[in-house]
Amino acid sequence: MNAKGKAFRYGDNVDTDVIIPARYLNTSDAKELASHCMEDIDGTFVKNVQQGDLIVAERNFGCGSSREHAPLAIKTAGVSCVIAASFARIFYRNSINIGLPILECPEAVQGIDSGDIVSVEFSTGTITNETTGKSWAAEPFPPFIQEMIAADGLINYLRKGVQA
Amino acid sequence: MSMTMSQKILAAHAQVDEVRPGQLIMADLDLVLGNDITSPVAIKEFAKFGIDSVFDKSKIALVPDHFTPNKDIKAAHQCKMLREFASDMEIENYFEIGQMGIEHALLPEQGLVDAGDLIIGADSHTCTYGALGAFSTGVGSTDMAAAMATGKAWFKVPSALRFNLTGKFSPWVSGKDLILHIIGMIGVDGALYKSMEFTGVGVSSLTIDDRFTVCNMAIEAGAKNGIFPVDEVALAYLADHCKRKPVVFQADADAEYDHTYEIDLSKLRPTVSFPHLPDNTRTIDEVGEVKIDQVVIGSCTNGRISDLRVAAKILDGKKVDPRVRTIVFPATQEIYLQAMDEGLLRIFVKAGAVVSTPTCGPCLGGHMGILAEGERAVATTNRNFVGRMGHVESEVYLASPAVAAASALTGYISNPETIEEN
Ligand code: SF4
Repeated sequence: MNAKGKAFRYGDNVDTDVIIPARYLNTSDAKELASHCMEDIDGTFVKNVQQGDLIVAERNFGCGSSREHAPLAIKTAGVSCVIAASFARIFYRNSINIGLPILECPEAVQGIDSGDIVSVEFSTGTITNETTGKSWAAEPFPPFIQEMIAADGLINYLRKGVQA
Repeated sequence: MSMTMSQKILAAHAQVDEVRPGQLIMADLDLVLGNDITSPVAIKEFAKFGIDSVFDKSKIALVPDHFTPNKDIKAAHQCKMLREFASDMEIENYFEIGQMGIEHALLPEQGLVDAGDLIIGADSHTCTYGALGAFSTGVGSTDMAAAMATGKAWFKVPSALRFNLTGKFSPWVSGKDLILHIIGMIGVDGALYKSMEFTGVGVSSLTIDDRFTVCNMAIEAGAKNGIFPVDEVALAYLADHCKRKPVVFQADADAEYDHTYEIDLSKLRPTVSFPHLPDNTRTIDEVGEVKIDQVVIGSCTNGRISDLRVAAKILDGKKVDPRVRTIVFPATQEIYLQAMDEGLLRIFVKAGAVVSTPTCGPCLGGHMGILAEGERAVATTNRNFVGRMGHVESEVYLASPAVAAASALTGYISNPETIEEN
């Protein structure tokens, strides 16, 4: 599985309240959530994002609440991968559990500007800025998590275990 | 190998002799929690298992506390999903409006939390129960669904930061000031992926409510969990609330910590977090002139009886500034009743505050106290992110109940030390 698209660039501590404000949490409908994705930090995100685009952010992306609605909104908005210098731990966990690819790579984050075309090879963790030609190697997931992603998330992973 | 207190609880629940930081484990859970925002997603995921019962109907707690009493039709629908699922699965700990309280105050009060427990909740402030010596942490809805089906969850074993406490608080300083001070010191990602373990001779001077407040905000430093040793104060609380026998884990004397911070409680000042991150702290002496429109006293951080007592002590016989909307929301029905019996609710109403039913309401900008553009609130809650309590151009200042109550009287962020008692 690979990702390729335009980068939307953000700073430190992008929290779950700006990714999907609580005022929209009276629904769990993924499409409706996606239509408000990033609204409080970037009002034009939903209008401009296209299938396959990436979010690139600095430290502690996804801090705050445990709302799975946050990675769900990002995934449903069409984002193929989030690259950050670091992630808040519940967001990290939720993303893996729902099958939103996320990679930690501070060096890549420094080398990517808003609007750059970025590609990612998930098997190797290679991140390439197609606009500048630079590439980086992100830490690949540990085997346990790779298995979970291969099974398309936690629920399927566990169901396979139950059946085996 | 030596282990921290958190690591010992994880090892025991994974049925292994020892765990190392970074290790991935599957562990048995003592309690699984969800609320009216996170459970509907979990219920949909749970359906994918195609099973007709949960792993243990006594070990799941469903609390419709966020948008309740139902704030609109959509919220009513989400709560209905919760209610029907609870009924179908015969969940023993479903709390309907009338018994419902804010989950992290409610579960310990109802005796659902014991020392040594391993608890996950689809709510980030599940870390609150570390106050009673449990390992508890927030997860998402998919984890909750899997846990309701299997009784298990996966964990990456955390390393730990130690906070060694000495001394005692001065008057008007409380657990809130301690945790705001710590977050200001280490930053909102200062404990990312780690446990925060509190130790030292200063622990014994902290009330159980102080400890709940401190552990509640461990997540605001990025931590996986916060935890206190189980001493006489914790055991006394457990004896009053929990029917099960406490299982006391202790960190090994030579347990390894990534860092140890020394904190003298007597040196702490009332502390305020400025917008828009909890680590943007200033002591009350550095606050300057900040005019406010609203004061919110309550939440899973500071909506307990001791918090209401402090606020009432400051407001007793006085009037809040007429330009400041002051909203008090006790965290549970029991706290509400106790506040009524002690005459605290009368003090609030006489002072010109409103008292709300237990709900998360204003804390997350849900309902019952939303801010308009350009407005400022002092809140005893735990987050001051952009738009947290309303409009994106509004501001939330986090503080203790003492600072919040003092500010309600003056209309500016104020030092409780300067308020004369009646
Ligand atoms: S009171 Fe606020 S922080 Fe606590 S559970 Fe409710 S919304 Fe979350």
